[in-house]
Amino acid sequence: MSKILAYEEKDTWIHQLSGVSKLIFFLLWCFTSMITYDTRILAFMVLFSLIIFKISKTKWKQVGAVFKMIMLFLTLNVIAIFVFSPDQGTHIYGTRTVLFHIAGNYDVTKEQLFYEFNVIIKYFTVIPAVFMFLVTTNPSEFAASMNKVGISYNVGYAISIALRYIPDVQGEFTKIKHAQEARGIEMSGKASLFSRIKNTSSIIFPLIFSSMDRIDVVSNAMELRGYGKHKKRTWYMEKKLRRNDYLTIAFTIVFMIAALIITFADGSRFYNPFV
Amino acid sequence: MKLKFGIKEVVAIGIGTALFVALTEIQIPTPIPNTYLQPRMAIMAFLAAVFGPVVGGIIGLLGHALGDAMFYGSVWWSWVFPDAVVGLAIGIFAKKYAIKEGGFGNTKMIIHFNVVQVIANAVAWIVVAPILDILIYAEPVNKVFVQGAWAFVGNIIIIGILGTLLCVGYSAVGAKSSSLKKED
Repeated sequence: MSKILAYEEKDTWIHQLSGVSKLIFFLLWCFTSMITYDTRILAFMVLFSLIIFKISKTKWKQVGAVFKMIMLFLTLNVIAIFVFSPDQGTHIYGTRTVLFHIAGNYDVTKEQLFYEFNVIIKYFTVIPAVFMFLVTTNPSEFAASMNKVGISYNVGYAISIALRYIPDVQGEFTKIKHAQEARGIEMSGKASLFSRIKNTSSIIFPLIFSSMDRIDVVSNAMELRGYGKHKKRTWYMEKKLRRNDYLTIAFTIVFMIAALIITFADGSRFYNPFV
Repeated sequence: MKLKFGIKEVVAIGIGTALFVALTEIQIPTPIPNTYLQPRMAIMAFLAAVFGPVVGGIIGLLGHALGDAMFYGSVWWSWVFPDAVVGLAIGIFAKKYAIKEGGFGNTKMIIHFNVVQVIANAVAWIVVAPILDILIYAEPVNKVFVQGAWAFVGNIIIIGILGTLLCVGYSAVGAKSSSLKKED
């Protein structure tokens, strides 16, 4: 199993923030980055994310493997955009400045390069935010503080069960996979498409059955302990919102509004340096 | 329709999401370059068919967002919502399928399940995903529709084969635990 992003305990003010403030930051940050194509805003967001990333003392080895994977997808996506639509930039910015000609319809234009540059930095605004959220948020604390801000504790519980059981399910998957491989089932690309599906299902079947059992066991255990009896719960990992939380939330909202105002000031979500 | 939200649903969402996330990494390569069959979609379809629309939809939404974040470090929101659409649509018929009670197995059910999944996937990947791609990310129109079409084909294959097998298989085993049969 390849390494995935997981919580690691450290002592920085970002770790001490409540999970909810970080979730609000994360969602609004993603939203802003989704809406805006304003290069100035995006550049600021990249810079800001990198600073936050530094403050959170996240180590390269925590995120390096995942980061390489993202770079691969990013490269593929940027190439695909060019192959499918070499004139998307012109379409958006309205001008066409050819730098050099490749073949057929394919010209490299300044507008296209600028558009793809925007696509790339859009990725870079979100990546550090995702890393930070996952690496600095304690799942149990997260469920507790979600409930504290008024979200139904069923939702918090579902999420915390999910986070809690991901490693278990992964472990079980690996165990079943090894057992099946020991029995001679080919999992690599050598087999034909149909037999690959068949072989994958020989792992997924046992996994599903044991997971369905697990659902029964866990929900019975919760029922026995009176889960859902009352409208409210108390939480062991509970954390009250503190000054820094309010500051973070306030900053996020102010930033989002400012970013959207600047973006749409000229009536378009794109920043156009060509006219 | 099963809209009751009890302990079992909470746990099913939790563990279903964990399954979905854990299987994010398992991708079956196909002869078409850069297109993979995702067994996690079959798992979601199965869980939706067992536990209903709310569970299916949330597993799709939460599982896709979490899985992408944990494995790929970024969340492609325009492809998160279509997953929820598929889960929701299949889940609507959970009561009819009665998988846990052993009701899923005859040809009529299998055809019904597959018709639903093909329609749901068509809406999700040929309508919702490309439109969100264009609205959110301003990507080239022809690129997003080609990508959407690939995802559509990949998902109907994997849900059609693996999803159907899971439903039939689990239904057969589930029926044994309550082995009362209706007399002819």
